[in-house]
Amino acid sequence: MAEPVLDIRNLSVAFPTRHGVLTAVDDISLEIAAGEILGVVGESGAGKSMTGMAVLGLLEPPGRIAAGEIRLEGERIDQLGEAGMQKVRGRRIGAIFQDPLTSLHPLFSVGDQLVETIRFHLKLGRDAARARALDLLREVGIPAAESRIDHYPHQFSGGMRQRVVIALALSADPDLIIADEPTTALDVSIQAQITALLKRLCREHGTAVMLVTHDMGVIAETADRVAVMYAGRLAEVGPVAEVVRQPRHPYTKGLMGSIPSLRREVEELVQIDGSMPRLNAIPRGCAFNPRCGHAGPRCRKERPSLAHGRVACWLEQGGVQP
Amino acid sequence: MSTFPLLEVDGLERRFDVSAPWLNRVIERRPKQILKAVDGVSFSIPRGETLALVGESGCGKSTIAKLVVGLYPPSGGTITFRGDERRVQMIFQDPFASLNPRWRVGRIVAEPIRTLEPGRPDAEVEARVAELLATVGLNAGDGTKYPHEFSGGQRQRISIARALAGEPEFLVCDEPTSALDVSVQAQILNLMKRLQRQFELTYLFISHDLSVVRHMADTIAVMYLGRIVEIAPTAELFAHPRHPYTRLLLETIPDLEAPKRDRTPMAGEVPSPIDPPEGCAFHPRCPLAFDRCKTERPELAGEPDRHRTACFAALPVASAASCVAPARAQSRST
Ligand SMILES: Nc1ncnc2c1ncn2[C@@H]1O[C@H](COP(=O)(O)OP(=O)(O)OP(=O)(O)O)[C@@H](O)[C@H]1O
Ligand SMILES: Nc1ncnc2c1ncn2[C@@H]1O[C@H](COP(=O)(O)OP(=O)(O)O)[C@@H](O)[C@H]1O
Ligand code: SF4
Ligand code: SF4
Ligand SMILES: [Mg+2]
Ligand SMILES: [Mg+2]
Repeated sequence: MAEPVLDIRNLSVAFPTRHGVLTAVDDISLEIAAGEILGVVGESGAGKSMTGMAVLGLLEPPGRIAAGEIRLEGERIDQLGEAGMQKVRGRRIGAIFQDPLTSLHPLFSVGDQLVETIRFHLKLGRDAARARALDLLREVGIPAAESRIDHYPHQFSGGMRQRVVIALALSADPDLIIADEPTTALDVSIQAQITALLKRLCREHGTAVMLVTHDMGVIAETADRVAVMYAGRLAEVGPVAEVVRQPRHPYTKGLMGSIPSLRREVEELVQIDGSMPRLNAIPRGCAFNPRCGHAGPRCRKERPSLAHGRVACWLEQGGVQP
Repeated sequence: MSTFPLLEVDGLERRFDVSAPWLNRVIERRPKQILKAVDGVSFSIPRGETLALVGESGCGKSTIAKLVVGLYPPSGGTITFRGDERRVQMIFQDPFASLNPRWRVGRIVAEPIRTLEPGRPDAEVEARVAELLATVGLNAGDGTKYPHEFSGGQRQRISIARALAGEPEFLVCDEPTSALDVSVQAQILNLMKRLQRQFELTYLFISHDLSVVRHMADTIAVMYLGRIVEIAPTAELFAHPRHPYTRLLLETIPDLEAPKRDRTPMAGEVPSPIDPPEGCAFHPRCPLAFDRCKTERPELAGEPDRHRTACFAALPVASAASCVAPARAQSRST
């Protein structure tokens, strides 16, 4: 098998605080191949964004990578430091965030921002960079790109701004794109345009994509594989069709059942009582055990691992009895 | 028992003046700009039922909610409420912004009781608050905490407890679960359905999420740029959507049970309500648009109280299926 573009091994992200160390991402391992879209889902606070930020080298101090390795095309990037990561970000890893305005400068035209980014990473002349900027804007579906290129971000709609951000992320033809809730702020009809665009670009350029979202529907239509996170850990990883249609982890099952159906009448939605624990109160053993209907003594003592399987649950690894 | 609906809204309008300041306008010779947030909306809700308003951002849903509870006066049209005006309550999308951060939860929940019955003894009010907290799945002890000590879902439970404290007969819920995770949303939706059965509540339920609306509503009104473009009982709307915009919405929402992995989404954007397109406001995006749509505005028509659509091309139920094909033949945009 070809080497994955992104290879995360036993990654932990920690925040030292006055009351002790909070582990926001706890020993997770993931791979993404070229041209593959890996969806990362989970509820807010599950650690999705922190995983993406760790890869981008954008953890806000005191947050830091406490353990594990991150490899891009086989080369470790978790120890490069800020100077090293500045060359990696934009050039080899593109980023797309929920609010396009965080990625765009309000006082520069989108053309200037694209040209600047392209020249910084690709060492092109001004004219060549502008030509590439125009190509990119056309590629992401900005109509009348020639006249729009000199407009400012506030002159674009939310959906169009997100297209510009995608153009920026693609400007140096990166190996990997981290897209964190890229469609969450957009209306449904625009959401579909943006996910279809991401998918097409990923296919055509062979880019690996980590698509972070809380929206199972977006994952079902966009991702090839999906990783379900709970309390900083991976609950389940697998091909999207399997995880959506036959979820195996009790948490994933509950999550899928709690989503109202577009096709069927359901009198009552599946309800997982309680809520995800806070980082300072993660239960011993399986983090899901207080909310799990199958929990046994082993779940309260030992943490199940994903190992080489698909599901981190004792039910699949010898049972819940000690 | 009266057969009249509890709420009747007729020709409701709300305009906002969004002009630049007067002086700028005079210097730059710009005309006054009027935004029609709600532009002639009519619907009614029978007692004990749920009517949902669904549509994309800016189409006027929240404005209707505020008009119905009286936070805005209408610019035109009428709202007839055949109930006790004091027993109308509202639940908002952001449960944090709507809860006073300096008040303990017990006081927040007690407030509507004290407004309704200023003379009620403290002990009784306290007992009632404890009962309400239990009804929405919180502990009686939670009454002594402040809103910031709760998660989003718990805060929404507090809002619901506060709304119930006013012994409502009618609840306006504006995106009550949009800020919540799906598993927490399920808890709140289950709770709201249970309370509706228990207390015979009537809901005006607002959401942009069609699957949530399908789960909650008896009747769905689809809005586009300040107007209702289609209104029908829930099952009917999903089985036989007639308006091209409703079909667009149904086609574009991700469906977990049948993911559309090779979609070619419809091009176009939601136009600005400041300067909406002439004629049918949807015509620039509509695959069925023809000349008439550019000049004339379609009114809601069809079977009253069953299924009504504001579209010149909308077909009756029998032939609706044959219409799906042209609706799918959309231009590529990505
Ligand atoms: N107080 C106001 N002054 C001026 N314009 C307003 C005001 N309130 C709402 N509008 C405008 O009226 C239109 C309808 O707004 P409304 O908040 O009702 O939309 P909505 O359907 O609830 O959208 P969302 O899904 O984003 O909540 C929008 O264009 C909005 O900008
Ligand atoms: N600066 C910080 N200090 C302490 N905890 C943090 C900090 N930033 C994030 N966290 C915590 O890390 C966890 C994971 O956060 P995040 O990755 O943003 O979740 P999400 O899955 O919603 O993207 C959360 O519990 C969050 O509260
Ligand atoms: S390990 Fe135990 S508690 Fe955790 S999900 Fe599996 S059965 Fe439930
Ligand atoms: S009236 Fe015309 S433009 Fe409007 S939805 Fe119907 S066919 Fe389309
Ligand atoms: Mg996040
Ligand atoms: Mg609103």
